[in-house]
Amino acid sequence: MTARRSLALVLLATTVAVGFSLAVSRPAQAQPPTPSDNQVNQVASQLYCPVCENVPLDVCPTQACAQWRELIREKLAAGWSDDQIKQYFVTQYGDRVLATPPAHGLNWLVYVLPPVAILIGVGVLAGVLRSWRRSPVPEPEPPSITENPYVRQMEEELQRRERGE
Amino acid sequence: MVDETAIQQTQGSEPKSEEIQSRRPFTWGTGAIWLLLLAFLLLLFFGLRRTQQGPVQPGAPAPQFSLTTFDGQNLDTTQMRGQVILVNFWASWCVPCEQEAAELQQAYENYKDKGVVFVGVNYVDTEPEARDYMARFDITYPNGPDLGTRISQAYRIRGVPETYIMGANGNLVEAKIGPYASLAEIQASLDRALASTTE
Repeated sequence: MTARRSLALVLLATTVAVGFSLAVSRPAQAQPPTPSDNQVNQVASQLYCPVCENVPLDVCPTQACAQWRELIREKLAAGWSDDQIKQYFVTQYGDRVLATPPAHGLNWLVYVLPPVAILIGVGVLAGVLRSWRRSPVPEPEPPSITENPYVRQMEEELQRRERGE
Repeated sequence: MVDETAIQQTQGSEPKSEEIQSRRPFTWGTGAIWLLLLAFLLLLFFGLRRTQQGPVQPGAPAPQFSLTTFDGQNLDTTQMRGQVILVNFWASWCVPCEQEAAELQQAYENYKDKGVVFVGVNYVDTEPEARDYMARFDITYPNGPDLGTRISQAYRIRGVPETYIMGANGNLVEAKIGPYASLAEIQASLDRALASTTE
């Protein structure tokens, strides 16, 4: 009886321990995968090298650019979004790292000038076409018959015959 | 002959009045276009002039700035008036910067008690690499990132390394484009800056 009771106690304790450990322990989660080069370059292509002139970060061959691409990889691995990474680069290195300049200050000109120039061009073209339509180019008159050298030669010949030469 | 002249006169006079009528609104448009073009050219001119200006020249007031160092310390050059300030622009990816790094640290140790402040401005860099660089050359003077490249733009630097020495009155005493060749060269520059402040 004592042996049975102790066996029951051991079973109870084991059940409680297993149940408790199952309740407390969490399943192991997989490590987030390291962002691939494509993912890094997808963000890097929206940024420009802060040092080189007009070189996108994804194709820039310098050591500094390699460091920045690694930085992008770290930020992506940490769960940062594309916009957060871009904002971080702007804070660190200024607006010039952005492939598309933000529309504030004089940057507005980049967005305003081309359409304005096109509108002005269309207006000028329309004005010129209208003026052309209003004053059509006169067609050249055919040369008068007296100006024809063969006719003139013939008339001279006839006059000479009339005079009996 | 008379008829032809009459035709010419009528042909010549009628379009004139039409031309005047049609030109009036177009003149305003042309004026607006010229104005826009002029404004754009002026903008281009001032922009180009600024980029072609080159770095700040000695004798001119040195741009004042504030900077948060890698250690979290806030520096403001306006609060350092009365002292000679050496501002060194550098980056970890800059190989010529390495040529002068140890000498700059040595000069700092020699001059820190003589009224000279050293400030390192880390230009477009990544922080881990910048810290590695500082550790490699045992740099102990204050260094911080040039956030948004505001300081380098104010000094209109063309690259790194560049070093500017500000006199006690806030004017620029010397500008060194490229790395210092030796410790003696740095010390000579600092001596000149100190001498100019005592004059």
